[in-house]
Amino acid sequence: MLTLILLAIPLFAAVLSMAAGAKNARNLALGAGILELIITLGAFFLNGKEGSETWLTFNREWIGPLGISYAFSLDGISLVMALLVALLLPIIIYASFNRTFKSPHYFYGLMLLMAASMMGAFTTTDGLLFYVFYEFALIPIYFMILYWSEHPNKAKITLKFFIYTLFGSLFMLVSLLYLYNISGSFNMQALYEAGRSLSGSEQGWVFAGFFIAFAVKIPVFPFHSWQPATYDSAPTAGTMLLAGIMLKMASYGMVRLVVPALPEGVAEYGTWALALSAISVLYASGMAIAQQRYKLLIAWSSIAHLGVLSAGILSGNAQGIQGGIMEMLSHGILSVALFFVYDIIESRMNHDDMSKMGGIREVNPLFAFLFFIIVMGSVALPLTSGFVGEFLLLLGFYQVSPWLTAVAGLTVVLGAVYMLRAFQSMMLGPANSATQSFAPLNSHEKTVLTILVILIIALGVYPDPILSVANPSVESLLQGLNR
Amino acid sequence: MEKLVTLIPLFPLAGFLFITFLGKGLSKNFIGGIGSGAIFLSFVVSILVFTTQMHGAHPTVVKAFDWITAGTFDIDISFLVDPLSAIYLLFITGVGFLIHLYSIGYMHDDEGFNRFIAYLNLFVFFMLILILGDSYLTMFVGWEGVGLCSFMLIGFWYKDMKNNDAAKKAFIVNRIGDLGLILGMCLLFAYTGTLRYDELFISERAIGGLPTEVATAIGILLFIGAMGKSAQIPLHTWLPDAMAGPTPVSALIHAATMVTAGIYMVARSSNLYAMTESAGDLIMWAGILTSLLGATIALTQNDIKKVLAYSTVSQLGLMFVALGMGAYSTAVFHVITHAFFKALLFLGSGSVIHGMGGEQDIRRMGGLKKHMRTTHLTFLIGTIAIAGIFPFAGFFSKDQIIAVAFEENKLMFLLSLVVSACTAFYMFRLYFLTFHGKFRGTHEQEHHLHESPAVMTLPLVVLAVLSVVGGFIGLPHAVGESMHMHWHWLDHYLDGTVVMPALHMDLNTELMLMGLATIIAVGGIYLAWLKYSKRGELALEDKDITSATHKLMLNKYWFDELYNAIIRKPVDAISKALGSFIEPKIVDGLVEGTGAATDAAGGKLRLLQSGSLFFYILAFVVGLIALLLYI
Repeated sequence: MLTLILLAIPLFAAVLSMAAGAKNARNLALGAGILELIITLGAFFLNGKEGSETWLTFNREWIGPLGISYAFSLDGISLVMALLVALLLPIIIYASFNRTFKSPHYFYGLMLLMAASMMGAFTTTDGLLFYVFYEFALIPIYFMILYWSEHPNKAKITLKFFIYTLFGSLFMLVSLLYLYNISGSFNMQALYEAGRSLSGSEQGWVFAGFFIAFAVKIPVFPFHSWQPATYDSAPTAGTMLLAGIMLKMASYGMVRLVVPALPEGVAEYGTWALALSAISVLYASGMAIAQQRYKLLIAWSSIAHLGVLSAGILSGNAQGIQGGIMEMLSHGILSVALFFVYDIIESRMNHDDMSKMGGIREVNPLFAFLFFIIVMGSVALPLTSGFVGEFLLLLGFYQVSPWLTAVAGLTVVLGAVYMLRAFQSMMLGPANSATQSFAPLNSHEKTVLTILVILIIALGVYPDPILSVANPSVESLLQGLNR
Repeated sequence: MEKLVTLIPLFPLAGFLFITFLGKGLSKNFIGGIGSGAIFLSFVVSILVFTTQMHGAHPTVVKAFDWITAGTFDIDISFLVDPLSAIYLLFITGVGFLIHLYSIGYMHDDEGFNRFIAYLNLFVFFMLILILGDSYLTMFVGWEGVGLCSFMLIGFWYKDMKNNDAAKKAFIVNRIGDLGLILGMCLLFAYTGTLRYDELFISERAIGGLPTEVATAIGILLFIGAMGKSAQIPLHTWLPDAMAGPTPVSALIHAATMVTAGIYMVARSSNLYAMTESAGDLIMWAGILTSLLGATIALTQNDIKKVLAYSTVSQLGLMFVALGMGAYSTAVFHVITHAFFKALLFLGSGSVIHGMGGEQDIRRMGGLKKHMRTTHLTFLIGTIAIAGIFPFAGFFSKDQIIAVAFEENKLMFLLSLVVSACTAFYMFRLYFLTFHGKFRGTHEQEHHLHESPAVMTLPLVVLAVLSVVGGFIGLPHAVGESMHMHWHWLDHYLDGTVVMPALHMDLNTELMLMGLATIIAVGGIYLAWLKYSKRGELALEDKDITSATHKLMLNKYWFDELYNAIIRKPVDAISKALGSFIEPKIVDGLVEGTGAATDAAGGKLRLLQSGSLFFYILAFVVGLIALLLYI
């Protein structure tokens, strides 16, 4: 029941927003986001309680003859993913209050639509429905960039993004249909059994289809090249939605579909995917070091972290998967935080060229303090959320491939190289004529940054509520996989 | 009693939070009182905990809360109280308290006073977590946390980019070591299924079944972490640069406590290292090379803090030599005495710098003993202690290392004697050039010369006393017998916690070695006295240096330049190539090429893509609602 409510709230709020017009659109969206968060927290509370089944799952036959059902479930893994959506949605909406948008009722309506389809993808237990939600989410973000971006190249960039990811997803559809041919149902349990019944090399091919689709969206080298330009051109709220939540659908898909359905395909034929993930870390770190602009730097740093994520999940053991779940949540929070820092800087300086800044700490110590904690989260310092995920991912990855882990582990060093350089060149040193007038944070910016920073630390110090909710589901997901 | 251990890290954490969030507008003395008071409370509790351990209480794990669960991987934030952690607690909080006290005076006129005390509190918190953590991962929390504080304190004066560069270098070099440590933990977990000390070494002896090669690999990976934190070759280059931070930081973090974390970790893992000869050999060689490198560079440095920094590098190297030979408690012994006299020397140098108005070049000093009596006397005691003169603290701990080397490896024995000779020489060179002879600074400096306030000299005096008597916790057999005192107390205390080497040295050999060490130290002192006091020679100005060896040492064996050439520049060049060619021309170029090729065919698709916004949103919403209503 709650799953339907979680889907319905953003959907109807979106309709309402578009119908009601520009006035109060943002407050409506924020209200819907907060309601969504409350319901999700309620579901968290219900988890594991007796008789909570009826609240947390929903299953109705949809297109019976084709084995498609309208099935949702909030197990431990989906709960954390739902939390990712419901936690970040109101924060992203509130963060965007800083700017005014033309036709805000459409803008916020699209955001809510996106949230609805992401919520659907994270909670459904039907393979086809997952695919549908996965693809639907593209449409609102496409329009958000196209109509609200001020980038001169936005038309070309959005088209490339759209076609690239749409094209990638076709590989997933092929793999899904291959499994469906055997199972006769899109129910995920049936898909798992179908996948496991395949020979190793068949699993390898099906895996390849899934991986290409997900690798485009995560993104993993060499399928990443749509990402930096898209992040750069999107309005900040769009970038936050993309980096914070939407792209997690792909890594979630690996957890939900690939690992349990194709254990041998991943283990015996997936080494190339692990290698690509590890290369992704190095490549994106190198690119991040080369950037002069802050927004592009964090776009690349995002790819570097997601390489570790992809590798850890594909290692297919409890540590890798748990790390993946934690990292998806943490990376979402950190991405929103890092891009919000961009928004704050850009709104004051009108550019994000790091070499032209410096000394902001002297002028605005509070901002520098909060930004520093975010940077520490990004370099995965213990007691920040970033550490828990990244360490578990590396721990999981190591059990499968020690040498590639050593390569991917270089993120520990290289991440510090580019993040500290970014922080120091913008915040430290003497202030120059441009940064001297860097305005103090307004109360609204303070609120958003403070909430994000508290989340980063709270989840790092005490991640147990997340991990212990996910752990039983991860163990049942991996049951019978001999890992 | 052990339950109280949770309080020990909580006091400094509370101090940090209080000063950071509520400290605005409060007087500096009050803030200083809060900061030092927090550490003092930790010190008091540490004494209680230590006393129970001294009287043979069993090691206890005190759980704070659940932390990370993933399948069979399960780590809590828990604290292990055992003899090793208890003695570390004692000297960290004790020395930490003195340095906090000193900072009240030293940093009094700094606008960032509150921030400084807050950071110091946070540092002590993390250091205590490092020591108390009951697993490698909990230790790693403290390990990274002290690195963070080190970073913030090296770059404390952040308006000067040079300080920020030094801070960044420290962080990044440490991170290289941390990667080794992380991989070491991964390997350990892959084979044993746990990272907890008691499961690994005591209750289940999970390391029992490790194949030797694996034990060696784990040992080496963990040691890479130690190389970073404890500044061993090739990851030593950050420590001298770290002197950019305020002097109390150098004393607390970069001499007495944090940099000895690597020694702590290896000693904590003594059961593991006892299983592998090769890892021990590697540690021993890295240690002696670092020690020689530090000692020879220190001979030529003219910045008072740089001399002490290289001296620290060198002494840390000696501790690793002891670890590598399996003498874990000996290394811990030297950690403790070194904490006393090196903190003393750094604080003394801070007092000198304070009196000199910020001057750090010993070529601009001289004759300071007349103006700074307490600083001079205590500095002299520290110098004698580090040089290894009986019965000062450094004598006993260093002598024990030399004795172990004599038994285990004659080459190590000879090389550690060379280090001893250098140490005595450069320390007395520093002492004579600073405190004796004529004053060589400006008139203005001479006019301003003054002894530091009592809040700074009191810690000097306490540390000086400890530098005299601190060695008695490890009296050698020969001395202990004859003085009817408890000999090798520390070894007995740590027995069962760390692995003990089986050394059986007869009294005559012991006496002979002590004599030899003394002769070497006195020789070094004599040469320094001859050159810098009797003949009154001065250290050369940089431009007057012609000898190639001298230049080599002055320039620190060109390590920084080497790393720039083989690491930093290639990394920059590669990322530049990625950014300007490989990504746009190849990786993305392929994608763009495919796009262009299908452009003609994509004409229709594009038509679809540019329809009206309203139409698409409508279609989308209708579709979704239809989905929902179907049920």
